[in-house]
Amino acid sequence: MRRYRDDSAALLSLVEEDRVHRDLYIDPEVFQLEMERLWSRTWSYVGHTSQVPQAGDFITVDIAAKPLILVRQADGSVRLLMNRCAHKGTKLVYDFAGNTGKTLRCPYHAWTYRLDGTLLNIPLKQGYDGTGLRETGLAPVTHEVYRGFVFARLADGPGLREYFGDSLSSIDNLADRSPEGELEITGGCLRYLHNCNWKMFVENLNDTMHPMIAHASSAGTAKKLWEGKPAEMPKPMAIEQYAPFANDYKFFDDMGVRIYPHGHGFSGVNFSIHSAYSSIPEYEQAMQRTYGPERARQILGTVRHNTVYYPSLTIKGAIQSIRVARPLAADKTVIESWTFRLKGAPAKLLERTVMYNRLINSPMSVVGHDDLHCYRSAQEGLAAEGNEWVSLHRNFRPGERGEMTCNGTSEISMRNQFRAWREFMAP
Amino acid sequence: MTDAEVVRFIYREARLLDEKRFDEWYELFTDDAYYWVPLSPGQTDPLAHNSLAYEDKLLLKLRIERLKLPTAYSQKPQSRCLHVLQPPEVEKTSTGYLARTPFIYTETRGDESQRYAATAWHTLALVGGVLRIRLKRVDILNADSALPSIQLFL
Repeated sequence: MRRYRDDSAALLSLVEEDRVHRDLYIDPEVFQLEMERLWSRTWSYVGHTSQVPQAGDFITVDIAAKPLILVRQADGSVRLLMNRCAHKGTKLVYDFAGNTGKTLRCPYHAWTYRLDGTLLNIPLKQGYDGTGLRETGLAPVTHEVYRGFVFARLADGPGLREYFGDSLSSIDNLADRSPEGELEITGGCLRYLHNCNWKMFVENLNDTMHPMIAHASSAGTAKKLWEGKPAEMPKPMAIEQYAPFANDYKFFDDMGVRIYPHGHGFSGVNFSIHSAYSSIPEYEQAMQRTYGPERARQILGTVRHNTVYYPSLTIKGAIQSIRVARPLAADKTVIESWTFRLKGAPAKLLERTVMYNRLINSPMSVVGHDDLHCYRSAQEGLAAEGNEWVSLHRNFRPGERGEMTCNGTSEISMRNQFRAWREFMAP
Repeated sequence: MTDAEVVRFIYREARLLDEKRFDEWYELFTDDAYYWVPLSPGQTDPLAHNSLAYEDKLLLKLRIERLKLPTAYSQKPQSRCLHVLQPPEVEKTSTGYLARTPFIYTETRGDESQRYAATAWHTLALVGGVLRIRLKRVDILNADSALPSIQLFL
């Protein structure tokens, strides 16, 4: 299985300007190379600092198939370490989250480390006198924190700000939506197992030509159930959230899409499916008190659809939820969906966020069912002969690069992701 | 109302789901009822904490109507389900009955099959002398695992 590892020209030829080869989705060797290159050289989302508020608090996560621990230090900073005892490889902590106290102690032979990963103690240490034992700490991993969002980079690559550039404005908008400027992850994590390649999920987030088709049965039914109700009857939040998925092509085209270098981008430049939600006056007043009317209007008027922080993180600032792609194999991905509380905002905001997450991102979501059906169906359909290519031609113009904005139904966001793929997959 | 009648009601409720008689199943619920599948063990809050499902009658109606549509693509092929119930434990409450029913749930679609161990909690009320569900809560043993699509009703 070295067809692509030994032939980088063949690997990079899988991506053309306006179409990509099926092996990107179905070939296990390509997947392995993606983990070693794309997912290691770029910045992947680890978690949010609000998940580890106290010294000793930790979360565990796998990135690029490497087990990591994010742990809060006594000085308030966070560290990211490889979750592997220097002795025999045992993971120091195994839970998704917890508190490890003042040290990380291996459950196998009690090799014990400080929270910064340096070795504190080995039982009967004199047994190592005169031996060649080295590398006794937990390997640190390069990480950066941006407004509480922790990102990791496992190999050499660009700096975080250089990599994300102005796409960070979507994280800013999410955090700014708190009247205190701070976010807190809360409410647990929905974990939805997708039997498809991770890219099918990530591409779909700004695929604005599918909602009115794939979601006709769910969003269309939501619309129909509310038809003919008197205008003065308050629209249930669930209908407000479901129905816009059935909006027409013009709506999604007029939304607009913006791309940034290195694969990032968002749709909903002008408005989005979140724009017509009922207002929550006490929240808007709290925002105005903090920011003043003009700035508050600006923050709340930015209602982007999905922003993709390629390749791992996708956020919805306007609804305060994020989805994280955790690839496991060429045809297996876990999608994590997390919800944020806006500090200083009324409880209704979090209820809206949690409802959206449940209706759209749960393994029991009727929207999710139809999306995943289409991804899985493509995962199988790509094996067909007669056409080895996936088309990304919609609104393609030669020379599209850098930061630019165009019509919302363009497939430019996907082409942009694959340009980044090519950039980071070269040996 | 005897405990045996409550038990029969719960068996019938599962049977309506297994036979996909969803319109009749829907009628078993009070107008203010919820169907709840929590995400976390012992979860008490359906509003500020994520759930796999927390649906009022409007949302249940939406699911049921969707399942009838040819555009419900994830139902090609259609899913099937079977509830294998342990006999319910029935407790009389001030407003009606509370029943606890451990069960094994199987949902299949094409060549795929999933199986869950779960506990159903039925909060039941007597409405005009007839038993109705005010809350059906289903705790899946591994609700916080990474789960595939679960398309019918536990």
